[in-house]
Amino acid sequence: MANSVPSRTRSSAPPKAPSGRPNQLFRNLHSKIALTPMILVASVIFFGGTIWTVIYSFTSSRLLPRANFVGLTQYDRLWASSRWWISIENLLVYGILSLIFSLVIGFVLAALMDQKIRFESAFRTIFLYPFALSFIVTGLVWQWILNPEFGVQGIVRSLGWTSFTFDPLYNPDIVIYGILIAGLWQGTGLVMCLMLAGLRGIDEDIWKAARVDGIPMWRTYLFVVIPMMRPVFITTLVLIGSGIVKLYDLVVAQTSGGPGNASEVPAKYVYDYMFQAQNLGQGFAASTMMLLTVAIIIIPWAYLEFGGKKRG
Amino acid sequence: MRFRAFAAVMAATVALPCIAQAADLEVTHWWTSGGEAAAVKELATAFDATGNKWIDGAIAGSGSTARPIMISRITGGDPMGATQFNHGRQAEELVQEGLMRDLTEVAEKGKWKDVIKPSSLLDSCTFEGKIYCAPVNIHSWQWLWLSNAAFEKAGVPVPKDWNEFVAAGPKLREAGIQPLAVGGSAFQVNGLFDTLVISLGGTDLYNKVYKDKDEETAAGPEIAKIFAAADDARKLAKGSNVQDWNQATNLVITGKAGGQIMGDWAQGEFQQAGQTAGKEYSCLPGLGLNQTLTTGGDAIYFPLLDDEEKSKAQEVLAETIVDPKVQVAFNLKKGSVPIRGDVDLAAANDCMKKGIEIISKGSTAISTDQLVSADTQKQKEDLMAEFFANESMTPEQAQERFASIIGSAD
Amino acid sequence: MANVSTLNATGASMDAVKTELASGPRGKRPKRVMSGRNIMIYGILGLAALYYLLPLYVMVVTSLKGMPEVRLGNIFSPPMEITFEPWVKAWSQACTGLNCDGLSRGFWNSVRILVPSVVVSIAVASVSGYALANWRFKGSELFFAVLIVGAFIPYQVMIYPIVIILREIGIYGSLTGLVIVHTIFGMPILTLLFRNYFAGLPEELFKAARIDGAGFWQIYGRIMLPMSLPIFVVAIIIQVTGIWNDFLFGVVFTRPDTYPMTIQLNNIVNSVQGVKEYNVNMAATLLTGAVPLFVYFVSGRLFVRGIAAGAVKG
Repeated sequence: MANSVPSRTRSSAPPKAPSGRPNQLFRNLHSKIALTPMILVASVIFFGGTIWTVIYSFTSSRLLPRANFVGLTQYDRLWASSRWWISIENLLVYGILSLIFSLVIGFVLAALMDQKIRFESAFRTIFLYPFALSFIVTGLVWQWILNPEFGVQGIVRSLGWTSFTFDPLYNPDIVIYGILIAGLWQGTGLVMCLMLAGLRGIDEDIWKAARVDGIPMWRTYLFVVIPMMRPVFITTLVLIGSGIVKLYDLVVAQTSGGPGNASEVPAKYVYDYMFQAQNLGQGFAASTMMLLTVAIIIIPWAYLEFGGKKRG
Repeated sequence: MRFRAFAAVMAATVALPCIAQAADLEVTHWWTSGGEAAAVKELATAFDATGNKWIDGAIAGSGSTARPIMISRITGGDPMGATQFNHGRQAEELVQEGLMRDLTEVAEKGKWKDVIKPSSLLDSCTFEGKIYCAPVNIHSWQWLWLSNAAFEKAGVPVPKDWNEFVAAGPKLREAGIQPLAVGGSAFQVNGLFDTLVISLGGTDLYNKVYKDKDEETAAGPEIAKIFAAADDARKLAKGSNVQDWNQATNLVITGKAGGQIMGDWAQGEFQQAGQTAGKEYSCLPGLGLNQTLTTGGDAIYFPLLDDEEKSKAQEVLAETIVDPKVQVAFNLKKGSVPIRGDVDLAAANDCMKKGIEIISKGSTAISTDQLVSADTQKQKEDLMAEFFANESMTPEQAQERFASIIGSAD
Repeated sequence: MANVSTLNATGASMDAVKTELASGPRGKRPKRVMSGRNIMIYGILGLAALYYLLPLYVMVVTSLKGMPEVRLGNIFSPPMEITFEPWVKAWSQACTGLNCDGLSRGFWNSVRILVPSVVVSIAVASVSGYALANWRFKGSELFFAVLIVGAFIPYQVMIYPIVIILREIGIYGSLTGLVIVHTIFGMPILTLLFRNYFAGLPEELFKAARIDGAGFWQIYGRIMLPMSLPIFVVAIIIQVTGIWNDFLFGVVFTRPDTYPMTIQLNNIVNSVQGVKEYNVNMAATLLTGAVPLFVYFVSGRLFVRGIAAGAVKG
């Protein structure tokens, strides 16, 4: 059904005003009042703040924002920096894997939890509790478990398998996977929770119909249930995606970007250059590039999803 | 209104000795470890004794966590009473913006120009002829800390300088000892490199590169030698799987590693472990070669406040910081060197005395934090972190990038 | 989610709709307790639970050891001698600069920040989500799209603009300012969450209420709110966790006398010099995490009850 039709029906006042249509501005007045905070945040903070950031990325601002424009200098330097390239590469690897694993693990766990199992609340609490702990701590614990001397590697070796090697945090080639393990541990519980809420919103009749038709369960999930859970997936995608782009604390707590530059990520580049190097211009240039990338991916999708015609 | 608020504070905190001028002053800093906190306590006690009250605003996690918070507070129009920054250029722009308080009067009254040694410390506080901060202490980077037990185990005498240390490397490896302990974070390898520049290459080379920012020198044969030495260090450091600098120091303390290049703050760790200089560990200022130390450290800045009583208290705090007695008490706890040459540190340990001697002889250089901007420092850190972690990066490649950083440095 | 509503009979009574929305778990009901299928399900869940529990085990075990035992190095071995000293130290003795009263110092500050921030941010976001789902007007979706893109901006980048804005309004450094900041940064995800949820509710419900003459706020209060328990629980989980664990905003936008607990946690965990007291770190972590964990536990039950209430008839 076309979106514009129901929403207009919904929004227009009941036809009791005899003197024609009310003023456009006052139509749907309560909704407009209710959305004022959102409009302010979206336009002033996010839009305004972004524009501000972009403008100052063309300046040579150091500690304080100052309007001495230097053209594309900051961008030239950014793209000449090997650390920036490493950061992007890491984010790509982490992002893609994290997206896939979070969705798969989250959904599978939720589907299993949805089988009328016993101890459901115990399992749910177990899967969700890591989310309660801050990244500083998550990083610290996993740094410990992955420590080659007294973590997993040390234990396996002491059991007699002396050639066993598992030291992701000290090996530049695989360090990003070490961070991924911790990131998934912390975040998949919430994904599971969202998926579960979504599964519980699916009508029982769907399952009945599928059973009557003799469709195997996995097919019902794949071709009926998942498409129906579209809004949940969208929420989850935004949640995971924004978490990936902002990945910072976990890296700092686990490796500080090391060994060397091997686990650097863009958000850390932005932060380090804004505050450690006290070069706001460079930090803003890096964050503008991040935003641009996000915008290229998100805006067409957001337009289709929210600006288009269908509902949900 | 103010009186009423004040009365409430009075009621809550029992009585303060001097009502007329007393004020609470919030001081933000990142001195949070055991020794550091003990040092701050000396400062706070001395300040409280003047009838004012020190409100402690400690933020842990090193300056990079704390500084954005301090800067936001100051630019957000809700400044603290006083705040720590490192010697150098971190607060430069805040001073230029007129957000900081001019301390020239206090400095003249206390004859800071005469008593503060080396004078470069006060120069860092000076902007357009006015003084904007009170230096607190001096830290130097150029120290090689050695584990006597490790060398005994390897069957080699404890080295007298860097070259002997490098030569002893293979023997240490054979004995199953990590020759050089280096933590993973970037500031450590960056400091190590700068130490090599001044201790191996000499003060002139150091000044040419960092003070004059001479790209040609940075690309030249003398720095090539330093990169070759850094390559040695890289090989010796291979296998030290630690992150924090104090974990690396701990490897030296426990004899698992032969040595570490780290600033004089490392001796606090040896002290805490109950070790004595000369007995369990040795220290080589200037890596046993060029006996020159750089004089970095901390300073306290005072944001401009509207409140008159608080402004008075700021002046009192500035005087307190430079006071000779406070200097001794603070620096003994902190393990750093006082900023004035006219105080007696009889209680200092052997390593500290060596440092004080070198500094009082005037054999000092300005720290890189004061010479180059934080931005340049960060770019160097990125380069050094990559160089030390990535063995496929040759010294020549690294030097090329180093030269271009120096060329664009400010 | 047009599908749900089309499946319902158009004239369905409100009760029926409510029941269908909040019905219980799906799938075949288990016939035998030890069927192969069950073994597989519990096997996988059990394995997953192990992965999630391992770090907790390490934390708890470590927090109960003394420092000499921690130095021995085996992080998986149970404590030989149980001591609660690290817990006591983390709660009431660990130092932040000169203040040696541990996490207890910031606990009530954290609560004072948490409660209004959670309430305000969820209230604003749920109303926004409701308006976006049911009362759209021209342009509302555009702002929403901007809001979603905002979710991807690293917080650190926004600090300067927000400091400037709050300074100009004159609420920099106050609790109000901090609550606003938390509301702003919670808004994208929460609004999306509520919008999708409300959009998923059957439209007939809304139409029926409109015909009865109910207005914007009446429909929100009488129909939408009572039906949205599960999503409120999810929103509370996200906000409580995010705000309770927040360090950056808490420290930038408040003063030392109102610093939240995370600052002490940060100081305990990130203390650069001296020996790292892992046992105290772990105890501090668990103590700090206690509040969100408690909320999960309580709200988790609500979550189940909210669903179970509808499932009786289903």
